[in-house]
Amino acid sequence: MAITGVILIGFVIGHLVGNLQVFQDPDHLNGYAAFLHHLGPLLWVARIGLLLAVVIHIWAATVLTLENHAAREVKYGVKHTIQATLSSRLMRWTGVVVLAFLLYHLAHFTLGFVQVATFKENLQLYTMSGDYRVAGFPVVKAGAEVLDVRTMVILGFQQPVVALFYLVAVGLLSLHLLHGFDSLFQTLGWRSEKWARALRAIVIVFCAAYFFLNATIPASVLLGRLKVAEPVHPAAQR
Amino acid sequence: MVAETTAKTLNVTLRVWRQAGPDAPGTFVDYAARNLSSNMSFLEMLDVVNDELTMKGEEPIAFAHDCREGICGTCSCTINGKPHGPGHGIATCQTYMRSFQDGDTIVVEPFRARAFPLVKDLVVDRSAFDRIIQAGGFITARTGSAPDANAIPVPKTDADLAMDAAACIGCGACVAACKNASAMLFVSAKVSQLGLLPQGQPERDHRVLAMVGTMDALGFGNCTNQYECSAACPKTISHDFIARMNRDYLKASVRAAFKPVAAGASGGAG
Repeated sequence: MAITGVILIGFVIGHLVGNLQVFQDPDHLNGYAAFLHHLGPLLWVARIGLLLAVVIHIWAATVLTLENHAAREVKYGVKHTIQATLSSRLMRWTGVVVLAFLLYHLAHFTLGFVQVATFKENLQLYTMSGDYRVAGFPVVKAGAEVLDVRTMVILGFQQPVVALFYLVAVGLLSLHLLHGFDSLFQTLGWRSEKWARALRAIVIVFCAAYFFLNATIPASVLLGRLKVAEPVHPAAQR
Repeated sequence: MVAETTAKTLNVTLRVWRQAGPDAPGTFVDYAARNLSSNMSFLEMLDVVNDELTMKGEEPIAFAHDCREGICGTCSCTINGKPHGPGHGIATCQTYMRSFQDGDTIVVEPFRARAFPLVKDLVVDRSAFDRIIQAGGFITARTGSAPDANAIPVPKTDADLAMDAAACIGCGACVAACKNASAMLFVSAKVSQLGLLPQGQPERDHRVLAMVGTMDALGFGNCTNQYECSAACPKTISHDFIARMNRDYLKASVRAAFKPVAAGASGGAG
């Protein structure tokens, strides 16, 4: 659980950093998406790796939960919690909601099964006005025609139900990480009383920052701060 | 001049789990406990209730107890959902009736875990802990005359930490309090008390692997790092020992994977 958790935490951080490019020029998010797609086999290595991490994470959680239920056949008449945190007691439920969100998210932005009208492949192509650079190398050249991911995201979040579901899911994921991120240090044996407080503070700040930075995207769309960009070269579009 | 007594009199309702034997059906039964002194210990209160039951010709409530001073680890009972009752860092025998209010209903249950099968009423069989200790094996030590004191240097901080772990009285409250009936706190205390000392080094890897393996085989649950165990522990043993054990276990597993085995190897603690 801890090792797959580390992989998935790494992924959600990277994903958030990538997403925040939505606030920049459309070149950034669209160039970034095109860059990821051009990775080819590497993209599939990452996708399969992440899928494996998710599957193992859920499989381990299921097996451990079943074992834990079996370890106490007769339940207590009085249910009492001394000091276990709310987030630690809700792991199963926050996990399930995050999984439901993940499936919707993939159906929405990767596979195009839902909200088909605004799926990236059904939108007009976007023409890069400048180079998209990674570590100084221009990976997507100016003038290249790429999928307009940024417009898809903004149109997607203009539906309040979708934006609210996203907010709830990201909130619950942050709550999930509040226990999970802290917990992995204990499982891997890296936690001790000496720096437990500092560790807890780091995790709380991380989870709060993770939630608020993620929430800025749908919130900005709903508040009308983030709009679909006007085409720069209308003639160049199909 | 003799100080006035602080004792008050209180009446409570006890809701006790009664079960005649391991396979008999169990149920909660209410008993009125009257005219109790607030300075009675919880176990004395049960004695009083049992006296009344015996006088009435009823079967007294079976409960485990021995030293009644918080050092033997025999008393158990989950009181209002918390092992050893409402206090912090004390066992059931050190819980006094002044912790309760007049008119309270107190629910008393046995420790609940599959690895602790019920014997009768509030008594459970905690010999699973003995099997974990047995799996830990011996430490190699020079036999013969007693060694000189301080012949083996032990840093003070290590000695203190080992003593913290060794404070475990093996009562099983950690298992009873854990949402998953996990024995991680108990096993980690037993692994650490020797693992921290020079005398415990030769068998350190074997000890942690064998004790954790036995714990898993006995049907205890898994740790979800909620730390109910250390909060319920009558000796306030820190869950830091669990992290220490996890670290020891990981290192021992890696080393065990590469460790050569002698052709004539048989027996021994590892």
